[in-house]
Amino acid sequence: MVLNCRHVWDRISDYIDGSLDPSVRADVEQHLAHCEICSAVLDSTRNIIILMADDRVFELPVDFSQRLHACLDLVLATESPDPV
Amino acid sequence: MTMPQAAAGLQQEREAALIAAILAGDREKFHDLIRPYERQVYLTALTLVKNETEAEDVAQEAILRAYRKLAGFRGDAKFSTWLIAITLNEARSRLREEKRAIVDSLDDHDAQEGDYTPAALTDWREVPSEVLERQEIRALMQQAVAELPDTFRQVVILRDMEELSVNETAEALGISVALVKVRLHRARLLLQKRLVPLLRIGWKAKPKSGMLRRLPWF
Ligand SMILES: [Zn+2]
Repeated sequence: MVLNCRHVWDRISDYIDGSLDPSVRADVEQHLAHCEICSAVLDSTRNIIILMADDRVFELPVDFSQRLHACLDLVLATESPDPV
Repeated sequence: MTMPQAAAGLQQEREAALIAAILAGDREKFHDLIRPYERQVYLTALTLVKNETEAEDVAQEAILRAYRKLAGFRGDAKFSTWLIAITLNEARSRLREEKRAIVDSLDDHDAQEGDYTPAALTDWREVPSEVLERQEIRALMQQAVAELPDTFRQVVILRDMEELSVNETAEALGISVALVKVRLHRARLLLQKRLVPLLRIGWKAKPKSGMLRRLPWF
């Protein structure tokens, strides 16, 4: 099947996740091989996903962990988990 | 990224042993059980409350609840999925208390035709990791995520930031796998469209096409 650009955009997320059927995947790749625009859209979408996964984008508040474990210490010292 | 199966199995065994020890009275071990998930819990809280201080409160409450309810955890689920579900519940009940009602259906664009035309920056190159050294880039990304509709934001954070699988994301949010995929796709394209024109780092202009080429049908 010959795909147009919009068809490819509709499948870009599944393509990146590797969840397309092999035959559809082949059609998408064929389109990507000669379409500069869709290749750019694919690369940029993938790059954004890669950046999103970087811990630096959403950092934990300073001393989050210390505050959490201090609070846990108080509770662990005085409480057992609830019985089932 | 998703852990190799063997590593995931080992982690599950280690957690099962920790949980058994905690329930048997070695409460201190809860620190070790929870440490790998602090970030995940915080980010999950942030997907709903959208305010750092409040997200920290919710995260702390959720982790305390997980401790108290630990005996109710069933080993057939993943601990992380269980913990995220608790966190989402905690955040939702917090929002209800504050009467900041979040009505999913009002915010749900899934049924509507959206505008998914991506931004086409044809000279995009690999974005180097150094891009994130720049605080303004991180701020742009945070803002773009914060501006997503709630249902999209939840999916993109669980899947693309916390790197849960599609199935785990569906389980944590209590929605179908198909809906996760639809929301994820739309959220990613919205982010792409919003961010690509702003993140012009790493590209090199090609003489013939110029820096930014509009799609012909814009
Ligand atoms: Zn194309």
